[in-house]
Amino acid sequence: MRITDHPVLTYDHGEKVQFRFEDKTFEGYEGEPIAAALHANGVRELREHHGRPRGFFCAIGNCSSCLMEVDGVPNVRVCVEPLKSGMVVKLQSGSGSLMGGTTK
Amino acid sequence: MKFSDILIVGGGPAGMSAALAAADEGVRITIMDRWDELGGQLIKQTHRFFGSEKEHAGTRGIEIVKILREDIAKNPLIEVKCNTDVLGIYSDRVIAYEEDRLYHRMTADKIIICTGAAEKMLQFENNDLPGVYGAGAVQTLMNVYGIQPGQKVLMIGAGNIGLIVTYQLLQAGVDVAAIVEAAPVIGGYKVHASKVRRLGVPIYTKTTVKTALGDKYVTGAVLADVDDKFEIIPGTEREIEVDTICLSVGLAPLGELISQAGAEIRYIPQLGGFIPKRSESMETSAPGIYVAGDVSCIEEATAAMIEGSIAGLSAAIATGMNRPEAIEKRDEYIEELRVLRSGNTGKKIRDGLAML
Repeated sequence: MRITDHPVLTYDHGEKVQFRFEDKTFEGYEGEPIAAALHANGVRELREHHGRPRGFFCAIGNCSSCLMEVDGVPNVRVCVEPLKSGMVVKLQSGSGSLMGGTTK
Repeated sequence: MKFSDILIVGGGPAGMSAALAAADEGVRITIMDRWDELGGQLIKQTHRFFGSEKEHAGTRGIEIVKILREDIAKNPLIEVKCNTDVLGIYSDRVIAYEEDRLYHRMTADKIIICTGAAEKMLQFENNDLPGVYGAGAVQTLMNVYGIQPGQKVLMIGAGNIGLIVTYQLLQAGVDVAAIVEAAPVIGGYKVHASKVRRLGVPIYTKTTVKTALGDKYVTGAVLADVDDKFEIIPGTEREIEVDTICLSVGLAPLGELISQAGAEIRYIPQLGGFIPKRSESMETSAPGIYVAGDVSCIEEATAAMIEGSIAGLSAAIATGMNRPEAIEKRDEYIEELRVLRSGNTGKKIRDGLAML
């Protein structure tokens, strides 16, 4: 899924880092959006909303389609949130909890 | 409270041009952008620009970004605040913004709003499935981060963005199964359409997407023919196997801050929807609030840069920096914009502006 050979572009990737998604360990580049790193690992389903899977849509932080739980914080727009080493990323169900609150 | 002569919200092509034009007149500028670098959507435009030499025709968008960024970095009158979200504009031009997870306030004599636009949605069954992406999102993935959005894409919309992004998908090694367009004719430039056709991508006009197929993510799409009223003709449905559906069905201006500032808004479909009424100098009906770029009229980056220069100069002049050269320079930009919009491709914009 990574583009290695492009006629016009060369890519300036950050350092290679590991992060957790659900129960898996993935690799990505530090600083790229979390959604991009997930995409490169074949993950397109980012959350569930009213029983339906949702992915990202706008990639510029506008549409709220890509909200996930990152390091315990819900409703993170992963299309614009930079990836950091050791992050724990989870599928979000529904609206997520308020910070400091619980889901039930 | 912090003060700047001119605050610019949004550091895309319009905002960057506005900053440079205004700073040339000797006023202090603060430019805020929610992203971590200036550039807006130009950072993913790998194609060469048309238009005027002043706006870098013949140069790729990604190169134009570098030029504008360097000019801004060199200019001591321009303060750049990235990773900064403008949250609200209140009376007396008090601006609330978030920086480093803290709220702040500032005021400015003039405000130029260059917040751009967002991708429009298209109504069809299962349009919320993962794998249905906006054209801008596809460009971001592949042109900025070097990731293929999928292996086989269905492109919806044969306007310039649809055609250009199709070509960029091919450059990124992605298969594009087809381009579908509900209108009877291709909206984008012929030169772009011929290019993708030559590379084997069929363009189906009078065709739409009826359903996205798939359970967890897109695995295909149902296409159908449409009549003159864009209604689906029953019995024309057929399936196509794709893993991504890319929507390039237009942009909608991000005009929330303009509304909040109290400027009059009008609905003009030719210009992209809800558009602020503004003068030739790009000032809205809210005194001291200017606009430029896609938020004022969905067009393209060359027009956005010229509008930015007009807004920047107008705002600078209005702060009292009333040099005759500035007025002359602004009139030149206004004329340049008129020339850019003359001819066939600018007709829709001209019609829309006539309604404003």
